[in-house]
Amino acid sequence: MAEPKVDIKALAELARLEVSDAELAKLEKEIPDILHFVEQIQKASGDAAPTSPELRNVMRADENPHETGKYTDKLLEAAPKREGDRIVVQQVVSRKQK
Amino acid sequence: MDLSKLTIAQARKDLDAKNYFALELTNAYLENIRAKDKDIHAYLEVWEASAREEAKKADEMIAAGKSKLLTGIPLAIKDNILIDGRIASSASKILEKYRASYDATVITKLKEQGVVFLGRTNMDEFALGSSTENSAYGPTHNPHDPSRVPGGTSGGSAAAVAADMALAALGSDTGGSIRQPAAFCGVIGMKPTYGEVSRFGLMAAASSLDQIGPITKTIEDASTIFNTIRGHDTKDSTSLPDAEVTATTSKKIGVPRAFLKEGMEPDMLAAFEATLEQLKKAGYSIVDIELPALRYALPVYYIINPAEVSTNLARYDGIRYGLSVDAPTIGEVYAKSKAAGFGPETRRRVLVGTFVLSSGYADAYYRKARTVREVIRADFQKAFASVDAIALPVSPTAPWKIGDKADPLSLYAADIFTVSLNLTGSPGISVPSGSVVRDGKQLPVGFQIIAPHRGEETLFAIGADIEKK
Repeated sequence: MAEPKVDIKALAELARLEVSDAELAKLEKEIPDILHFVEQIQKASGDAAPTSPELRNVMRADENPHETGKYTDKLLEAAPKREGDRIVVQQVVSRKQK
Repeated sequence: MDLSKLTIAQARKDLDAKNYFALELTNAYLENIRAKDKDIHAYLEVWEASAREEAKKADEMIAAGKSKLLTGIPLAIKDNILIDGRIASSASKILEKYRASYDATVITKLKEQGVVFLGRTNMDEFALGSSTENSAYGPTHNPHDPSRVPGGTSGGSAAAVAADMALAALGSDTGGSIRQPAAFCGVIGMKPTYGEVSRFGLMAAASSLDQIGPITKTIEDASTIFNTIRGHDTKDSTSLPDAEVTATTSKKIGVPRAFLKEGMEPDMLAAFEATLEQLKKAGYSIVDIELPALRYALPVYYIINPAEVSTNLARYDGIRYGLSVDAPTIGEVYAKSKAAGFGPETRRRVLVGTFVLSSGYADAYYRKARTVREVIRADFQKAFASVDAIALPVSPTAPWKIGDKADPLSLYAADIFTVSLNLTGSPGISVPSGSVVRDGKQLPVGFQIIAPHRGEETLFAIGADIEKK
């Protein structure tokens, strides 16, 4: 297959990762090199029907619930910003500024 | 107290015979850590005070006649395994101050035994690397030559055991991360069958590849820890149902000869051949086998691993835990927190993973890799129809100098012999056998044995025969 053109900047936006200009220049060489290396799998015959004998659905019985709020404090302690029993985040949906 | 020859089995006898107290044993290890770890940097944090408290409790258990196999045994724990209330950082800046909210299942099992936790060990950030150089807190040094890498990603755990700074340790293995550092440090490292040991409380790197396993000085000790931590866990959806692990006894080992030429240093290959000769003398028949798709294992791994890593690491977004960088919008909080908290290799994997999963490329990369993964799995299954186990080197090269492999692809190439069994889910073990010399220093070599799913006892049986020499 043809060598893909990788737009690292767009990729970083998709990954929600800020990348500095200096790092961008480095990554523009490294990432195509890595992709070029892994592309050799295109040569492998993949006709063998994928078998997944080990896969099965795993469900836990819906029983013995713990009391509400038992772990709330402990989990919230790890949050960077907290207000009562809530994690504080920046507004997600907002009106366009005039 | 001479710790260099001490094993878990011996310490158990000594502790139960009251030759010394668990507290004395723990103190001996803490002293060694104080004396040696400045030069090795195996630990990110040593828990002196709590280790002594745990040792005292172990002494009480022993005095009451309630000792178990691991009561009072001082262990080191890789920094990606959660212990309630303790920092677990995966050697990343993004989790520098993160304290675990619960115990991993393996930790619960070890606590029931009354073990002593000495500290958390250095690793490649989020278990991404092959040398422990990708730690945000600086590299670990190989105890056999401190200018060289200890392997990775469980390099801190392997170095701690090799330098007598822990009697044994837990590591995690995603593509060789227990076996390769064990080989580089001259100790035993084992990756159990996928699903045999619960991953609950192990920070996920690549969920379909990760397994927790022991790093020890003897096969017997590896078996003791493995049998303590394994078992079905309702908290891990990929956990296997409980079953006996078995040993097959036809003493037939397969070697995929065609695959061994891949960039192996001649004396590393010679050490591998010498171990095969030793096994022949011990009554094994060594036969050539074909694993045609094995040559695709490394590229398949370096698609599946980053794909799963990019998915798993999306959780470190500065919202629920870990480092958070203030910014005007939530999108910028994510982007800036990750940029500030992730090291270069982690960022690289996230980007490669995002690419191979992106619409338009997922078919050619991720889905194709999954198909070839099944072909590799089928190859192994076919091979195991005629042999009990497969032998491979652990590493194509001896431990390299810290800083020598700056290019990511040259580092990826180091994983060529270890990644295949993470793809297939098979168990594998690295056993020290032979040595090579670099710059006048003797460096250990590891011999790798691979068994079919749940063939752990076969690994221990063959490993014990190598150990006997």
